[in-house]
Amino acid sequence: MTTQNKKGTRRAFAAVYPSWFYLPAAIIFGILFLFPTFASLFFSLTRWTLFKYSFIGLDNFRQFFSEPFLVWGLINTLIYAVVTSGSKVVLGMLLGILLTSNVMMRGLLRAIVFFPVLVSTIGVGITFTMLMHPTNGLINDVIAVFGIKGPAWLTDPRFALLSVAFVDVWKGVGLATVIYIAGIVSIPAEYYEAAKMDGANALQRFWNVTLPLARPATVTVIILSLIGGLRSFDLIWAMTKGGPGFTTDVVASVIYKQYQSGFYGLSTAGNVVLFVLVAAIVVPLSFVLNRREVEA
Amino acid sequence: MTAKKLRYYATGILSLAIACIVFVVPFLFIIVNALKDKPEAARLHFSWPTETHMWANLIAVIEARDYMLITAFVNSIILTVVAVTGLVVFGAMVGFVLQRRPSRWSGLINFMVLAGLIMPPAVVPTIWLLQWLGLFKTLSGLILIEIAYSLSFSVLLFRAFIATIPRELDEAAILEGAGPFTLFFRVVLPLLKPVAVTVIVVQSVAIFNDFTNPLYYLPGSKNATVQLTLFNYQSMFNTSYNLLFMNILIITIPPLIMFLFFNRQIVEGMTAGAVKG
Repeated sequence: MTTQNKKGTRRAFAAVYPSWFYLPAAIIFGILFLFPTFASLFFSLTRWTLFKYSFIGLDNFRQFFSEPFLVWGLINTLIYAVVTSGSKVVLGMLLGILLTSNVMMRGLLRAIVFFPVLVSTIGVGITFTMLMHPTNGLINDVIAVFGIKGPAWLTDPRFALLSVAFVDVWKGVGLATVIYIAGIVSIPAEYYEAAKMDGANALQRFWNVTLPLARPATVTVIILSLIGGLRSFDLIWAMTKGGPGFTTDVVASVIYKQYQSGFYGLSTAGNVVLFVLVAAIVVPLSFVLNRREVEA
Repeated sequence: MTAKKLRYYATGILSLAIACIVFVVPFLFIIVNALKDKPEAARLHFSWPTETHMWANLIAVIEARDYMLITAFVNSIILTVVAVTGLVVFGAMVGFVLQRRPSRWSGLINFMVLAGLIMPPAVVPTIWLLQWLGLFKTLSGLILIEIAYSLSFSVLLFRAFIATIPRELDEAAILEGAGPFTLFFRVVLPLLKPVAVTVIVVQSVAIFNDFTNPLYYLPGSKNATVQLTLFNYQSMFNTSYNLLFMNILIITIPPLIMFLFFNRQIVEGMTAGAVKG
């Protein structure tokens, strides 16, 4: 009787919430995202012209880890992701605190900081390429006022990657800020009042109340900007195209360059390296960060 | 009291000044240079143009390369509207059943949603597949790609919102004799308006600004989307900076309009999408 009832409910459930509602999404996602992902595991082991392929084992990967310009792409990707993610955490938190405090024209300030998030990455990249022009650029003009000769931001190998990372932070810090704003606003005011009663000064209140209780926001910003940083392509492409030399090449730009040159197998191997990289960094990290949150 | 007030104004003005220098000056730089003539813009100075050439530049940008910007705008708008419609309807359908009927598939589906959010897509195999399907270099192909890549975000937001709609409503509708189709499209979907607006504005800005996917899946100047038009004016020796900046200005207008009208939804949507992901 009970089993029959249960079966009946389940059937009624299926009638009201039918599985075929998954179908359109599942077909599009399955065919255009999942299938190519699995196919890439195979094609990364081949020399491939899109029409013909020959199986060459791990040769593509061996090449990926031995050719200096491909290895550089890997190292640059890590540097870029860590630098942008770290800067967005620090600046996003500071801006979040400023923009939740009782500051003049708060709404306007929030809008100004957030707006670049919505602007075309390519447009931003091109504009900053002009602003960073070594002799005519506005940035170096301003620095020159203080009597310092600014470097060639995008053509000097020592600065190029960090200059692009700076623009990434400029464009993306608004998103980190609004995530922090949401996190800080949700901290109950009693904690601050209690801390004030105990005689904690502003710095102590930040260290003992805001920082630990805004932790979910920090975790979100770290994870989100790491994913974005590891995958980033369009800004780098708009500003340096990987140059000078290979000093700003990242895995995503290597994938594009190899694709353009017709090395489809190698390009796909790059893709496999990229998702192993993203998964190997993001999955354990979010696991660790979220677990510590539960313990605390 | 006065000291406090002084500090209030001092920090306020200081923050505003820094925000303007860091975040507003680059936009002003775009505007003033979009108004200059070619030789003056080439100097890349941050100064008011000696003579404004707004109309001339505007017309030159629109006419460039056989009205490519117009074609690109039409392409981008079709792409954005159709893809976002698909994202709303299909995403809401998944979010609805996923939230209402937990089953042994739920775990797998949740895993897929997260994978779609984190994993970079495999580019060349996708091109190979699109060619095989006859969808490579077609707008329909790119529309399906944009839907596939953004579904996860849409599902997450819809599922979270549907959890706040009481089940009793479904039951009442069923008792009235509604089938699943009527229940979803006539009863539930209209209630999803707030979150649907969020998905629509966030995704339309993202898809309109997308550069990478059109670059890979819709190459060729006939098919250009707006982001690709920015490469029209860059050549090694003879870049028309005034037209380049005018072009940037024009394609920034749609996101700006979205921002002015839907500031709150965009900020909420991006925050919610980020936190839930």
